[in-house]
Amino acid sequence: MTAFLVLQALVLLGLLATAVMVVAFKDLLAAAIASAAFSLLLALEFYILQAPDVAIAEAGIGAGLTTAIFIIAIRGTKRHEEHDQ
Amino acid sequence: MKMTKIVRTTADVFYPFCLAFGLYVVMHGHLTPGGGFQGGAVMATGAALLIVARSYEDITGRLRKGVLKVCEATGLMLFLLAGLSGLLKGLPFMANWLTQTGGWVGKVMEFGPNGGELATGGLIPLLNVGVGIEVLGGLSIILLYMISGTKEKKP
Repeated sequence: MTAFLVLQALVLLGLLATAVMVVAFKDLLAAAIASAAFSLLLALEFYILQAPDVAIAEAGIGAGLTTAIFIIAIRGTKRHEEHDQ
Repeated sequence: MKMTKIVRTTADVFYPFCLAFGLYVVMHGHLTPGGGFQGGAVMATGAALLIVARSYEDITGRLRKGVLKVCEATGLMLFLLAGLSGLLKGLPFMANWLTQTGGWVGKVMEFGPNGGELATGGLIPLLNVGVGIEVLGGLSIILLYMISGTKEKKP
């Protein structure tokens, strides 16, 4: 039970860290990859909570396709966020 | 932004494995977690890898808009025809008339846990395959149209 709680606390801390990274990064490609890591940790959390069905969907859509869409959008525009003065 | 040779080779290597795992999820949809939508999304992730790693001109040899459109339409028609096929037998729409018949997908099983026999479930595997093909076509064609409209700047 304690190991279960510790594992969940670690995953939730990782979720918080990756979510902060998505906002903080000025390199948009790095932000997209951090978003993919967030989705992957969320899929792991779903699997720990015994919903493997949702976990596969989250890993496929969140970590795979959304990141691909972001990367295609970055390829069409610019990679670095600009500072607006 | 041109991708490096490492990214391109990795995408080429991972693409068949993504397709195989997606097909596994689709075909075992009535036994294990997952199903048509999840398996189709995993297969579309393989296509997304190829699309992200290369430019639109390089990708048209492997993924064509016409083929993906046909995939989408075929999946929907398969789902609809499988649902309507019960009407021919005088049963309601989506009636599972194939299960427990001893035929193609309806192996006669005892009540209880399934030990891994794949050919059970009657109509459900057919519906899963239809949804899988449809989701693969639909999600891949979104990415393909998106990259075909992207103007890449020359470095």
